Amino acid sequence: MARAVSQRRKILFTVAAWSVGVLIFFPILWTILTSFKTEAQAIADPPIFLGFDWTLENYSAVLERSNYGRFLWNSIIIAGGSTLLGILVAVPAAWSMAFVPSKRTKDILLWMLSTKMLPAVGVLYPIYLLCIHLGVLDSKIALVFILMLINLPIIVWMLYTYFKEIPSEILEAARMDGATLKEELLYVLTPMAIPGIASTILLNVILAWNEAFWTLNLTAAKAAPLTAFIASYSSPEGLFYAKLSAASTMAIAPILILGWFSQKQLVSGLTFGAVK
Amino acid sequence: MGQIKLSKVSKRFGDVEVIPPLDLTIADGEFTVFVGPSGCGKSTLLRLIAGLEDITSGSIQIDGTDTTDVPPAKRGLAMVFQSYALYPHMSVRKNIAFPMRMAGVPAQEQDRRIAAAAEALNLTDYLDRRPGQLSGGQRQRVAIGRAIVREPQAFLFDEPLSNLDAALRVGMRMEISELHKKLQTTMIYVTHDQVEAMTMADKIVVLRAGVIEQVGSPLDLYHTPCNEFVAGFIGSPKMNLIKGAEAQKHGVATIGIRPEHVEVSSTAGLWHGTVGVAEHLGSDTFLHIHGVAGCDPMTVRVDGELPVKHGDEIYLTPQNDKLHKFDGQGLRVD
Ligand SMILES: Nc1ncnc2c1ncn2[C@@H]1O[C@H](COP(=O)(O)OP(=O)(O)OP(=O)(O)O)[C@@H](O)[C@H]1O
Ligand SMILES: [Mg+2]
Repeated sequence: MARAVSQRRKILFTVAAWSVGVLIFFPILWTILTSFKTEAQAIADPPIFLGFDWTLENYSAVLERSNYGRFLWNSIIIAGGSTLLGILVAVPAAWSMAFVPSKRTKDILLWMLSTKMLPAVGVLYPIYLLCIHLGVLDSKIALVFILMLINLPIIVWMLYTYFKEIPSEILEAARMDGATLKEELLYVLTPMAIPGIASTILLNVILAWNEAFWTLNLTAAKAAPLTAFIASYSSPEGLFYAKLSAASTMAIAPILILGWFSQKQLVSGLTFGAVK
Repeated sequence: MGQIKLSKVSKRFGDVEVIPPLDLTIADGEFTVFVGPSGCGKSTLLRLIAGLEDITSGSIQIDGTDTTDVPPAKRGLAMVFQSYALYPHMSVRKNIAFPMRMAGVPAQEQDRRIAAAAEALNLTDYLDRRPGQLSGGQRQRVAIGRAIVREPQAFLFDEPLSNLDAALRVGMRMEISELHKKLQTTMIYVTHDQVEAMTMADKIVVLRAGVIEQVGSPLDLYHTPCNEFVAGFIGSPKMNLIKGAEAQKHGVATIGIRPEHVEVSSTAGLWHGTVGVAEHLGSDTFLHIHGVAGCDPMTVRVDGELPVKHGDEIYLTPQNDKLHKFDGQGLRVD
């Protein structure tokens, strides 16, 4: 009897999980489908699911109108650069919080996370002015720094949680074996934390890739990444849904592919080592 | 070469004084064991010597130089941890080589020492495995190998055998003792197992709540424990402590007699009781005897051949010259 029940449960859970998955994925699927429709079919009522005339004309129109390669390159530099810089800053920070905590460590962690609750628009003006005065408006370097700072709390927090799981005795052993602090971080902690660091990098690349507020507000022509590329297709003079969808699809495709190939890594990273 | 001297060393964690100021000198080449009940501060004391914890006050000298503010990496001590603390991402060879790599030992010399250590510790066939592919005993050997290749001033062991099964523990105990005989390097060994302490130590330091209760050779502690705590802690099974009228006869608050120093008879003796549990080990039998005034149960060690069983009436007589006497504060009276 027990077996039958558990079998039924299994089916139930599988169905539930797939439903949630499809629900979450549906907007992306719809965007991708729409990108292959003509503009007329894209706004047809009732909506057409699959039975439309598949066309690539939106893609050729988008590629003709804008320089996709430059946006892509800017996105790669901004997402990759801010992530790498963030990791360099966060590894020592997370190390000290995880292995030589002080009375205030927990407070600092919470405070760092609380900065994520601040509405970004609240500091838009000062940061915008700062960028003007430093002459870095519409530059990749400014966005690399700003996105690094924005996501730093999450990187530190994730690494901290990861490092916490590494037995401190192993680091102490390295110290007894004559390793300096730098050698301890380089030869012992970092290699042991590679899975954690990898998933932190992945998550952060995704966050930085999708970040729209700052990239839209602080860039114009030169440094604009793919978020600006999408935005340029949602114009007030009338929406071209199919072209917008094509642009969106092209913008999310790289990150979607990256995520697909590293999903195992991501899952184990996000569940913080529960799946080891 | 490896004398370690603690002067007025104390340690607080926040408001808790885990180790009140203590003095201790460990002679060069000596095998010293810190023993005491759980939570008494053995590990803390060892970690203070290692430099993994900062001392709150006092000073530590290694080999005549003050190392109080020297980081662990520079103290020239090697440590073997209870959890082995091997580097999981490195092969056995790399693990053993790590301290030499940090010290900048030339590659050829590294290889020579790794080969020698692997030979001595039976690890030659496992050098290219990861720690995760080894048994507990093998991991422990790797940890010891990693400690010996750097030729330290002294070895520090924190309960290195407590994760091993009983048979392996006895074997490794001998190996560590032999290693000490061969290297003649100072070793400090923490354990809560008094059998390990007795069998391995040149000198035992008995700790209770961070305070040194007694320092001495294993037989010193066995024959002349300075107080009731040491008397009860050293020796297995534990010494019987008898209070009340029996002790008053000797003019003290407590008398102690070890299980092996009590004569048994089925007809006559000083004390009388009933056999409760009889633990037959083969060579010996431990009898737990109920009904002796001032000490219940009293443990007695008898010959394994003696036919006794649960419920038997029995007479006991302590060997008078083996009696220990303690005053009201628990201190030894001679
Ligand atoms: N980092 C710390 N912060 C606060 N208290 C600590 C810390 N480390 C140890 N203690 C306390 O110090 C006391 C001694 O601990 P220690 O680990 O030295 O005991 P031990 O003798 O090694 O015990 P065991 O045999 O169980 O290993 C304990 O009461 C413990 O709670
Ligand atoms: Mg301990």
